[in-house]
Amino acid sequence: MAFYRAHVLVCKGTGCNASGSSSVFDALGEEIRKRGLDQEVALVETGCHGMCEMGPIVVIYPEGSLYCRVSVDDVPEIVEEHLYKGRLVHRLLYTTPDRKVKVPRYRDIPFYSKQHRIALRNCGYINPDNIEEYIARDGYAALAKALTSMKPEEVLSEVKTSGLRGRGGGGFPTGLKWEFCRKAQGDKKYVICNADEGDPGAFMDRSILEGDPHAIIEGMTLGAYAMGADEGYIYCRAEYPLAIKRLVGAITHAEEFGLIGDNVMDTDFSFHLHIKEGAGAFVCGEETALLASIEGERGMPRPRPPFPANKGLWGKPSNINNVETWANVPNIIRNGGSWYASIGTEKSKGTKVFALTGKVNNTGLVEVPMGTTIRDIVFDMGGGILKDRKFKAVQIGGPSGGCLTEEHLDLPVDYESLTAAGAIMGSGGLVVMDEDTCMVDVAKFFLEFTQRESCGKCVPCREGTKQMLLILEKITSGKGRMEDLKILEDLAIMVKEMSLCGLGQTAPNPVLTTLRYFRDEYETHIRDKKCPAKACSALISYLIDPEKCKKCGLCARNCPVKCISGDRNTPYEIDQEKCIKCGTCLEVCPFQAVFKE
Amino acid sequence: MKVKSLEDLRKIKENAKDLTSARSGGETRVIVGMGTCGIAAGAREVMTAILEELEKRGLRHVAVETTGCIGMCQREPLVDIIRPGEPRITYGDVSPGDVPGIIEEHLVNGRVVEDKVVGQTD
Ligand SMILES: Cc1cc2nc3c(=O)[nH]c(=O)nc-3n(C[C@H](O)[C@H](O)[C@H](O)COP(=O)(O)O)c2cc1C
Ligand code: FES
Repeated sequence: MAFYRAHVLVCKGTGCNASGSSSVFDALGEEIRKRGLDQEVALVETGCHGMCEMGPIVVIYPEGSLYCRVSVDDVPEIVEEHLYKGRLVHRLLYTTPDRKVKVPRYRDIPFYSKQHRIALRNCGYINPDNIEEYIARDGYAALAKALTSMKPEEVLSEVKTSGLRGRGGGGFPTGLKWEFCRKAQGDKKYVICNADEGDPGAFMDRSILEGDPHAIIEGMTLGAYAMGADEGYIYCRAEYPLAIKRLVGAITHAEEFGLIGDNVMDTDFSFHLHIKEGAGAFVCGEETALLASIEGERGMPRPRPPFPANKGLWGKPSNINNVETWANVPNIIRNGGSWYASIGTEKSKGTKVFALTGKVNNTGLVEVPMGTTIRDIVFDMGGGILKDRKFKAVQIGGPSGGCLTEEHLDLPVDYESLTAAGAIMGSGGLVVMDEDTCMVDVAKFFLEFTQRESCGKCVPCREGTKQMLLILEKITSGKGRMEDLKILEDLAIMVKEMSLCGLGQTAPNPVLTTLRYFRDEYETHIRDKKCPAKACSALISYLIDPEKCKKCGLCARNCPVKCISGDRNTPYEIDQEKCIKCGTCLEVCPFQAVFKE
Repeated sequence: MKVKSLEDLRKIKENAKDLTSARSGGETRVIVGMGTCGIAAGAREVMTAILEELEKRGLRHVAVETTGCIGMCQREPLVDIIRPGEPRITYGDVSPGDVPGIIEEHLVNGRVVEDKVVGQTD
């Protein structure tokens, strides 16, 4: 094998692929060959780095320089300057949000330097299609260690010691769950990976599946060994075609290497792994609905107990864990449970991956130790609020989570503190909102999602969420009454307490937390028929300030319903009856004469 | 190929290490001047010789980088070697024929090849 002095890593995750990384990859290959560097420069494709917004991302080692938004046109310069002459292409380096500093090294970018990557350790670093690169990074060392020197109970006990808790939302202690399954009576047992990832905006599981599929396979194999299972399923939504492709490849390679299949590593232990594609309904991420879906039934939850540990897939004891949970397992076995337990807070150990989105400068995936404050995540890694606007709130935990406010900025993020504040860890969605966000509108947005995804099996969830949504629609259109707030709150509590599964039990969270922390905004909508954030279109009017209007007529020409009149001598005016509040006039006015009220 | 023992896995890992070792940065760095001056003086040939020699000796944990002109054009090709905890040594007028000697002495035996040195920085 040739000695490659430089490695050019091109991200081919879903995000970068969408922004054109495949053609960048091809162009780089071509150019490197043209310059005669193909014997000394290796071109490698990787999974997601978590900074998709800056994609296509290209990282060049040994320097570790990260180039952002690389296009095919940039390729000759990168090859000529960086690879041939050893000079950085400054204009493509990551620039801090204040546009002041160019950061030459990947690991010095604030977005990365504060991260602690365990579940994401190989994402963006190795070629996920090459099992040997995974092995080079200590891959399958944990499995080899377990099979050659540990009894199944010892593997289980390491996981218990680690304090790992489920990353799929509930936060249930993983070791304990494994123990239930291990102790359950049965000749046949299953381990299952929940890769349904239904939360809108969440993509941490997808990134791991695409960027480091062997970590999940190794984790599940370790779990199967610990619990005495010999078969496993990965339940992945069909909307993740790249993840499925990478999984299929990884399973094939692992089988070829004898790391799964019959007689793993020449021992008596056998483990067969399958992929089941789901149709992508949110409720199918709920574990009992997921089991039904694998069995070919309609994906609807059923009451628990019996828990899957006793009666799971096809009635057999089964253990279901989330993608990120499984990805942590090889690291725990390799480094020891107490190593993992040394990271994080007292009751929440290890790290958690968050999908940071919304009105924040750096969006993407961040993996941080449990106990990191929201302030650190939003302001240090996230680089603060877009356009220097004021921070207002953050929705944590996806559509089933809750909105937290400025007073929670220094809250250490762990299971207990989030639950106490009314939010949840959930799968790790983190949406940042600024002063222009209406909290009633936010609650309505998330409830619309859960209401639509309700499977309809139980009445509180099916009817309750619908009634709640109707009330929110009334309030945001200025038809609410003060009594509605009480009804809304009662309904929310009823749905939370009476629903069959986690979907209904958590769906009211956004409403309850916004009622708790932003009640005045609800009241202003009702009492004054005004939206303080000027976001609810029914409650605002667009007006033209005659003093500022230069009578250019741009607004009138762009108005899609032609409701603006005026001429060179008369200031323009909007006909409120006809106005559809699309906001076009405000956008096009060069003199800021149009305003919302 | 089936992995049947810890030893098998270790072997695959050993062979595969090269796949990712260049990405960890490397403790020892060899830096070749690739400005217009360096290229004109034959830096590409020196680079090729370095890569061949490193491969021959299995020195896989050395990071080989390139750099632009550092203003000592009359002494090109220039090659810098930085070993952890030691000063940065700059060799000048390096020809492909000098490469095996420099690598053997400096990288393997840890002795600076004094007569080729044109500079040293801490
Ligand atoms: C409506 C609903 C949707 C869910 N969606 C997911 C999902 O997409 N991915 C996931 O891992 N867990 C999801 N869960 C949680 C699972 O039911 C289950 O608790 C989890 O997969 C267990 O794995 P863990 O212990 O590793 O977290 C969902 C739960 C509910 C109620
Ligand atoms: S897909 Fe490239 S960084 Fe996410």
